[in-house]
Amino acid sequence: MGKHFGPVWVLAELNDCRLEAVSLQLVGKARELADELDVACEVVFLGHGIEGAVPDLIASGADHVYIGDCAALELYQPFPYRDIICSLAREHAPEIILIGSTFMGRELAPLIAARLETGLAAHCTGLRHDDDKNLELQIPAYGGLMSIICPVRRPQMATVARGVFKTPAPDTARKGEVVRIPVPEATDMPARTLEIVRKPAAGIRLEDARVVVSGGAGACNPEGWEKIRELAQALDAGLGCTRPVVDEGWAPLHTMIGQSGKMVSPLAYIAIGLSGEQQHMVGISGAQLLVAVNNDPKSPVFGQVDLGVVEDCREFLPVLIAKIRAYREARPGCRE
Amino acid sequence: MNIIVCVKAVPDPGEICRLKIDPVTKTLLRCEVPLVINPLDKHALEAALELKESSGARVSVISMGPPPAEAIIRECMALGADRGILLCDRAFGGADAFATAFTLARGIERAGPFDLVVCGMASSDGATEWVGPQVASFLGIPAVTMVQEFESRGSDIWRVRAEWQEGYRRVEVRLPALLTVTRELNQPRALSFSGILKARKKTVESWDLGTLGVPAECLGSRGSPTIVSRMETIEVRRNAELLQGTMEEKAEQLVSRLAAIGII
Ligand SMILES: Cc1cc2nc3c(=O)[nH]c(=O)nc-3n(C[C@H](O)[C@H](O)[C@H](O)COP(=O)(O)OP(=O)(O)OC[C@H]3O[C@@H](n4cnc5c(N)ncnc54)[C@H](O)[C@@H]3O)c2cc1C
Ligand SMILES: Nc1ncnc2c1ncn2[C@@H]1O[C@H](COP(=O)(O)O)[C@@H](O)[C@H]1O
Repeated sequence: MGKHFGPVWVLAELNDCRLEAVSLQLVGKARELADELDVACEVVFLGHGIEGAVPDLIASGADHVYIGDCAALELYQPFPYRDIICSLAREHAPEIILIGSTFMGRELAPLIAARLETGLAAHCTGLRHDDDKNLELQIPAYGGLMSIICPVRRPQMATVARGVFKTPAPDTARKGEVVRIPVPEATDMPARTLEIVRKPAAGIRLEDARVVVSGGAGACNPEGWEKIRELAQALDAGLGCTRPVVDEGWAPLHTMIGQSGKMVSPLAYIAIGLSGEQQHMVGISGAQLLVAVNNDPKSPVFGQVDLGVVEDCREFLPVLIAKIRAYREARPGCRE
Repeated sequence: MNIIVCVKAVPDPGEICRLKIDPVTKTLLRCEVPLVINPLDKHALEAALELKESSGARVSVISMGPPPAEAIIRECMALGADRGILLCDRAFGGADAFATAFTLARGIERAGPFDLVVCGMASSDGATEWVGPQVASFLGIPAVTMVQEFESRGSDIWRVRAEWQEGYRRVEVRLPALLTVTRELNQPRALSFSGILKARKKTVESWDLGTLGVPAECLGSRGSPTIVSRMETIEVRRNAELLQGTMEEKAEQLVSRLAAIGII
C-alpha cells in the first residue's frame, strides 16, 4: 500500500475584477502535481462577486473550487482570509498549497504557514516531486539552483511569481465542483484594509512589452538612470531594473525583474550596467535577442547574452539613442 | 512607547557575488564577506528613531546572528538605539524563516512589554519577506507588510499606507503591531562621531538558548520545517558576440541588429 496524499491546493486571487494570471498558471501546475499523486486539484477563492471567474479555474484544471463570497471579503483582509484558509486546511489536509507572489500572497503565505506550523519557500522558479514524493521547491541562489524540501510537515507551501509557469490552455469541457464555504459574519480585525488604490503606471507594462530595457547598478547615479529611461522611451520599451536600483530609489519596486520581482518574456531584452546575477536573469524567458552593455569585459553578464557592448553606459547611451532616433526619422513609416 | 527593531546582519550586498556554489561538491564555497546592516533595516531603525524624537520612545534593537553581528547592533546603538540584544547560540544556526521568526519572537517577549515591532520588508541575502509576518504570528499581533507611509498615529490605532501593485493599500492597525517597512518610508540618518563615542559605553546583551528557555528542538535547523536538499550549478547558456569598433560604430551595429528583428 502506498502513502496517502492530501489534495493539491491553489489560492486564487482577483486583480481589478479579473483573475490574476498567476492563479491560472498555478492551477495548471497544481493539476500536474495532483496527477502525479493521484489526488484532486483544488482552489480556494475568497472575495466578493467572484463566481464569474470560477469556470476559468475549472477549465484550467481545478476539480473543486471552494469559494467564500461576501462583501466583507471584497478587499484582502489578513485576519479573516488567514482564518478561513487555515480552518479549511485543517479540515482537508492539503498536501501542497501554491500561492502567487502577489502583494496579497507575499503577506498571506507566511501568516498561513506560521499558523499551520509548516514550511514555506519564497519565490520558487521550479516545483517537482522527488523520488519520495516530497515537493522540491527550487530557487536560484549563489549562481546556481537550490532545492528546498519540507520533509515532515504538511502542507508544503510555496509562493511563485507570475510567468514562472505557462498559462494552461483552457478545457471548457472539464467538469468541476463549486463548494461554498461558510464565512464568519464579523470577525475582530486588528489589521483592516480600508481601501486599495490603483494607479496604473504610465508607459508600457513590463509584462506586455515586446522590448525590455533593464538597468542596473552600473547606471551609477540618477543622471545615468535617466539615460537608461530615455533609451527605453526611444525604443518604446518597458523599463525594468535590478535590486540595487530599487535600493537606490531610482525606480519603483514593481519594476524590478527577477526571482523576487517580475517575470518578463519580451522579444528582445537589453541589459544596461548590470552583472547578470542569476536572481535577476531568471526573470527573463523566451527572448530572441539578449543584449548587454557593460564597461567590464569580464562581467558575467556577457556569458548570458547574444550581443555585447563593452562601454561605459553613460557615454554610450546618448550615442545609441541619437542613432535610434536618426534611424526612425529616416524611415517615416516606422512608428514613433 | 516601547519599540523593538529587528535588524539582520547580512553579507555586504556589494560582495555577495563572491558566494558561489562549488561546482564539484555542490556546497557553498565558504569565504569571508564582511557583515553589514541589512539595507532595509536601516529604514526600520530610522522609523523607530524618528518616533522616539517626535513622541518619546525607548528603542531596542534585536538580532539573531553569529558573534560578529554584535558590531552591527553597536552601530544601531551609535545611531540612537537605547538597548541592543543579540540572540546568539550554536543551537540557533541553520534556521529557516520559520525558526528564525520563532526565535526572534521568543527574544522579543523576553525583552519586555512593547507597543511596536519594526522590521525591514526583506533581507538582502534571504529575501523571503517572511520573518516579519511570522514574528507577528508567533507574538499573536497583527502585521502590515511593505509600509511606505504613516498616515495617522492615534494612541493605539494607526493608519498606514503600504505598497500594493502599482498603487497602494491603506490599512488601519491596532497596536501592539508589527510593521515591515520599505525604503520610501524615510531617509536613514548617517552615523555621527559623538554617537559612536556614546555607543562605546553601552553594552550589547547576548542571549543564548539558556536565556530564552526554549527547547532546542524548536530552534535552528532542528526547528526548521524546510531543509536544503540539493544544490545544482546552472549552465551558462549563451556566449556574447562582442561588437567591435568605435563607440559610434558599435551603436550603428546595434541599431541594425535591433532593426533586423523588427523592433526599431
Ligand atoms: C534571495 C535573493 C533574491 C533576489 N532577487 C532579485 C530579483 O528579483 N531581481 C534582481 O535584480 N536582483 C535580485 N537579487 C539581487 C541579485 O543577487 C543581485 O545582487 C542584483 O541583481 C545585482 O544587480 P546589478 O547587476 O544591477 O548590480 P551589480 O552586480 O553591482 O552589477 C553592476 C554592473 O554594472 C557594471 N557597471 C558599472 N559601472 C558601469 C558603467 N558606467 N557602465 C556600464 N556598466 C557599468 C559593472 O561592471 C557590473 O557588472 C536577489 C538576491 C537574493 C539573495
Ligand atoms: N536573523 C535576524 N535577526 C533579526 N531580524 C531579522 C533576522 N532575519 C530577518 N530579520 C528581519 O526580518 C526582515 C525580513 O527578512 P527576510 O524574511 O529574511 O526577508 C528583515 O528586514 C529583518 O528586519
